[in-house]
Amino acid sequence: MNSQKVITWTVRVFIYFLVIAFFYWTIKNQYFSYIFENIEQFKVLVIEHLQIVGLSSAMAILVSIPSAILVTRPKFKRLEGIVSTVANFGYTIPNMAILALMMGVLGIGFKTAVFALFLYSILPIYRNTVAGIHSVNPNLIDAAKGIGFKPHQILFRVELPNAAYAIIAGVRTAVVINIGATALAYLIGGGGLGNWIFMGIKVFDDSILLSGAVTVTLLAVITDYLLRGVERLVVPKGTKRS
Amino acid sequence: MIEYNEVTKVFGKDVRAVDNVSFKVESGDIVVLLGPSGCGKTTLLRMVNRLESITEGNILVNNQRIADLNEIELRREIGYVIQSNGLFPNMTIEQNVTIVPNLLGWDKEKKEERYQYLMNLVGMDPDDYRKRYPHELSGGQQQRIGVIRALAADPPAMLMDEPFGALDPIIREKVQDEFLAIQRELHKTVLFVSHDINEAIKMGDKIALLRDGKLMQYDTPANILQNPANDFVAQFVGQDRTIKSLSIHYIEDLMKHKQLNETTDQKFSKQVPVNMNLRDALGNILESDEKEVAVTDENQKVIGSIDFSLISQYVSELSQ
Repeated sequence: MNSQKVITWTVRVFIYFLVIAFFYWTIKNQYFSYIFENIEQFKVLVIEHLQIVGLSSAMAILVSIPSAILVTRPKFKRLEGIVSTVANFGYTIPNMAILALMMGVLGIGFKTAVFALFLYSILPIYRNTVAGIHSVNPNLIDAAKGIGFKPHQILFRVELPNAAYAIIAGVRTAVVINIGATALAYLIGGGGLGNWIFMGIKVFDDSILLSGAVTVTLLAVITDYLLRGVERLVVPKGTKRS
Repeated sequence: MIEYNEVTKVFGKDVRAVDNVSFKVESGDIVVLLGPSGCGKTTLLRMVNRLESITEGNILVNNQRIADLNEIELRREIGYVIQSNGLFPNMTIEQNVTIVPNLLGWDKEKKEERYQYLMNLVGMDPDDYRKRYPHELSGGQQQRIGVIRALAADPPAMLMDEPFGALDPIIREKVQDEFLAIQRELHKTVLFVSHDINEAIKMGDKIALLRDGKLMQYDTPANILQNPANDFVAQFVGQDRTIKSLSIHYIEDLMKHKQLNETTDQKFSKQVPVNMNLRDALGNILESDEKEVAVTDENQKVIGSIDFSLISQYVSELSQ
């Protein structure tokens, strides 16, 4: 076993220990009892939360992947600078500020939350897709052209499969960040588990606070795990570096 | 057949990458585009399948102007091999090899038959490699797959851009020999880019030697070595051009002009086969104690002996 492995394992064991200790502490103090006492409301909040995340992420994927593909086409190369600058600028605004700005424009509610989080999720996916496509070895494109691939065949058979890993990584980052950021949707009346978190803070009740916060964390961890599964399915075998 | 007619390529305003080049590649020949880097050889090659546009002049493939042909169909009818093999890492070996038949919409059985044939051609087991990915193969194997992928749809012509340039010398030799053996069977019209004079002599039926986009000499390797057209060619082929030229002549060729020395009851420490090239034969002569080696025919029977003066006489006869 080399030293790197030892460090990895030590850190891992330490984290597992913390997690177990945390759950032991919370369960012993019956912090999660709030969930079971309000199980109907819990269901509504989780579903709301997932709806905001799902809708905003889906929209972000549908917008950013095609636009990344577009700006990497030779014909539209000039657009890349403009689009990337706009996307980067958007990402420098804190997510809290985006929610506030959108509230100013669209008013409060579910739709505003979805829209603001959609905007916030665009960049990681867009940027990873562009980087992924650019990182495809130009020799492959040259070979594909020389063999007689049509432009759409180069895209779907060469560029996207070889960029798949980077693209999925971008989606994973965006969705996981999105789950956390959706907790803020409560602030503009968007619903979701942020309700309990902020209520818990206001009334100094750890039980309400943790019931919301731990659930959000678990959602993020589980989603990340599921997306890893998607990654395994989507990324072609030969492009995986062992 | 590939024919260049006064082809010129200008990059930007006045960088003439290819300057008024005309020559003809006969069907079934391997023509090596040779020259130092930046001489325009790769540009010249890539014009044939229209990866580069032509500024002036035209190129004919089988008597058709390529400008009149559909770009995609043209490329599918010309095999293309590049130095870094260009295999698609996301596809299995089988998918890589059958990619062009796939694009052309061949049926499954025909593709399978072709796949088996091609893999056997380069001595790789079709079933062992079918589901493997390019990164699991060695450099030499990858390059073999690159070559048979270009042969997959049985195109009459092939473009090869320094196909063996990235391989180490021993593997390169081997893959070159394999390709020559395949070529003897298939008789493709091949344009082959190289910067290596030895590779050009070995692979080419003819060599087109280029400098700064201009064609310096277009001739057989033997003629280029014996009669360089100008100082540049002479310099490029090197001061050892006579020794280089020995590698394209065989003891058999020498026997058509000269008699081997008689071996009555003399014993020689070294024997060489009659199909050995004169360069290797000379090496053996220099190594032998007697400075003379016995020559054997296909049945290992000694038919005479060869020494330095015999080779020297043959060479001076050639250059006359």
